[in-house]
Amino acid sequence: MPSLDDYKGRTPAWCPGCGNFSILKTFKEAMVELGLAPHQFMLVSGIGQAGKFPHYLKCNTFNGLHGRSLPVATGFRLANNKMPVFVVSGDGDCYGEGGNHLMHGIRRNLNIKYFIHDNQIYGLTKGQGSPTTMEGMPTKNLPYGVLSNQLNPLSLAIALNCTFVARGFAGDQEQLKYLIKEAVNHEGFAIVDILQPCVSFNKVNTYEWYKQRVYHLDNTYNCQSRAEAFAKSLEWGDRIPTGILFKCRRPLFEEKIPFIQDTPLSSQPFDISKVGKTLQEFFV
Amino acid sequence: MDYTIKIGGEAGQGIQTIGDTLSVVFARSGYHVFTNQDYESRIRGGHNYYQLRLSDKPVHCAREAVDIVVALDKVSIMEYEKQLAQQGQIIYDSQSLKEKHEGNQFLDVPFVRLAVEHGGNKIMANTVATGAVLGMLGIDIEILLGILKDTFKKKGEEIIKANVDSAMAGYDFAVNNCIKCSFVSAETSKAKMLIAGNDAIGFGAVASGLKFYSAYPMTPGTSIMLYVASKAKDYGIVVEQAEDEIAAINMALGASFAGVRAMTGTSGGGFALMVEGLSLAAITETPVVIAIAQRPGPATGLPTKTAQADLLFALYSAHGEFPRVIMAPGTPEECFFLTNKAFDMAEKYQIPVIILTDQYLADSQWTYEGFDLNKLKYTDYRLRDKDLIGEDYKRHALTDNGISPFAVPGKGNYVVVTDSDEHDEEGHITEDAQMTILMTQKRLHKKMPAIIKDMAPPKFYGSDNPEIVIVGWGSMYGLLREAVDMLTNKYKIAMLHFSEVYPMPDTENFDYIKVLTEAKRAICIEQNVTGQLAHLLAVEKGFRFKEKINKYDGRPFTLEQLIGEINALIG
Repeated sequence: MPSLDDYKGRTPAWCPGCGNFSILKTFKEAMVELGLAPHQFMLVSGIGQAGKFPHYLKCNTFNGLHGRSLPVATGFRLANNKMPVFVVSGDGDCYGEGGNHLMHGIRRNLNIKYFIHDNQIYGLTKGQGSPTTMEGMPTKNLPYGVLSNQLNPLSLAIALNCTFVARGFAGDQEQLKYLIKEAVNHEGFAIVDILQPCVSFNKVNTYEWYKQRVYHLDNTYNCQSRAEAFAKSLEWGDRIPTGILFKCRRPLFEEKIPFIQDTPLSSQPFDISKVGKTLQEFFV
Repeated sequence: MDYTIKIGGEAGQGIQTIGDTLSVVFARSGYHVFTNQDYESRIRGGHNYYQLRLSDKPVHCAREAVDIVVALDKVSIMEYEKQLAQQGQIIYDSQSLKEKHEGNQFLDVPFVRLAVEHGGNKIMANTVATGAVLGMLGIDIEILLGILKDTFKKKGEEIIKANVDSAMAGYDFAVNNCIKCSFVSAETSKAKMLIAGNDAIGFGAVASGLKFYSAYPMTPGTSIMLYVASKAKDYGIVVEQAEDEIAAINMALGASFAGVRAMTGTSGGGFALMVEGLSLAAITETPVVIAIAQRPGPATGLPTKTAQADLLFALYSAHGEFPRVIMAPGTPEECFFLTNKAFDMAEKYQIPVIILTDQYLADSQWTYEGFDLNKLKYTDYRLRDKDLIGEDYKRHALTDNGISPFAVPGKGNYVVVTDSDEHDEEGHITEDAQMTILMTQKRLHKKMPAIIKDMAPPKFYGSDNPEIVIVGWGSMYGLLREAVDMLTNKYKIAMLHFSEVYPMPDTENFDYIKVLTEAKRAICIEQNVTGQLAHLLAVEKGFRFKEKINKYDGRPFTLEQLIGEINALIG
């Protein structure tokens, strides 16, 4: 069985008090509790403070380009559908630069788990607005502050029939661990949007701000109903629901490719002896 | 025997069907065939043509003079009458075109009437036309009848008979009515294989152990994806249409990192979107093969026409400094074998390799006796045996030759880590100055000497000690070669053709720079406006061309056009 020691990585370069620390700790604990060893899964990330995440633990890693982690994960998963594939990303990486990939990633429904550290701000580039920054927030790079409407990633995901849509909070590690484990155990594309205070650049959405607003969805809530989930996903402001908002089952993309069901592509040998027969096809 | 047939008409009229069928008939008859196509960016209407050349000797390019025009529209008559060879003939259906032409060069074949009378349906008009061409040429119709029987096997005896009767009707009509036809056909020989440039790239990839192909459709690159998709089930290849070219290359890199051979393909505009991914392939040292089928730009340019204007773009694209290889095949056979070499070099050196083709070569079909499959190379360079990989495995370990062992993730108790940031040997992010120098040198300086050694020198053909050397790259091969053949009685002329363009091959085994400097005249011939190969030879090898021939109207040279340009230049 893996232990937390197996997951020891480099020392994080995040700001003291960053919400990412508790996500990192929770993620490691979830992996240990799931019985996953570092070499048994693939973690893909992009650019941003969340993009550095894989360096601060130990596991198979592809830390790619800004916004492009999902396509890399897609290619990897199709080449090895026997290995769990996770993506860590931030709100700029996933919802800004990578928005198009997110939309089509949800459509494909590969068995990929997408963990988005959503601090509603650009941290690495020091305080510009992100797609989830609240409208009207002043930023140094925009003369009138953020003028665009705040993106609602959960409504977007439910609208696209994403098979697992959840919201966690970095300040609630117990629930977050539960959500990570549920996402990993879910069969299908999963999104966990994790509210994560940026102590350096987001002076609005602070720990206190979130703590006053977040509440757990209780067992009276039906996460199987897409319409109910969509309505719930619209709730933002005085009260912010956390937990699993929506869950459904759709056929997996990789299940539709018959020849990778038993052996993943990466373990299939190349049979060069077939080439002669193919050449004959050009004798028309 | 060296005849050119040009079938012209609107998109959707079936010129491709007639052209493809005739190509197959000629290849099966054992003739050498060269075909090329000119089409517009539309599905219906406009004007397109399909040109094919057949001979009892190998043919490598299109000719200007046309021996038989099959005119399915009025434009064909207007445009191609002036291209007719001395004994050339135009066949057309005066009832369909609602115009009658007098003159020895016209043969009015009632395609539609014969189709209705013999096949029971005007839809067979193209079959009548196909039969008529064979009748004019005096080529045995049995092969065509065999093809029709194969094609319509599933549709039943009635449809087969209708097509066979229509073909016969066209054939007989031409035999009885083409009084001016003086075509003499050489004897048939062993059936030849017929293959187009892009099919050869796709086949080359499949024959190299390709397992993953992701792309976004873009003319003229799409047909590579179509070929690979047609073989996907048989060979076990995952093919995915990405949401854009950025995703396409990143998916290919993800698959490659997982341990499979991966490729993407596009045209110049799509490659522009892939450029940051090219840089990612470089720093993560993840092998990938990228095919770029060029068309004229800038931006959308001429979407269905041809150009060689992206050589320097392919070479200088992407931020940062890193090694890459550029292959520019000149024939379908080279498309096949250089794609194989592209995969081998990408995997061996863990670098991106680009295959540059263009619309002209992509859509051109050539005939061959066969390909020597023994020349295919397949070496699995990845580490897959977990016993060889310890827990202390380092993805980017510093080595003497710059190549780090590349382990497949998940095979054992080790982790494989890479980063788009500068990284240390383990693959973890670093900003250390010394490590930056070491990694840059590992990727570039240490690998480069071996990469250059693998690059084959340009092909030389023609007169020994030539006074005139014509130089080109990529799809110019066939034109240069036939130009040398045509001009060899007139001048001491030879050609140099580059198909392994970058890094430029060294001159140790063949001093091609000496060939250029010793010639009285060296002429660089390219389908672009600035002379990009000429620029590259100047920058890389210090050789400056004084004379260039550049064509940049989106259309390929015909042999006569090129010879005209060379003669005009030499004077």
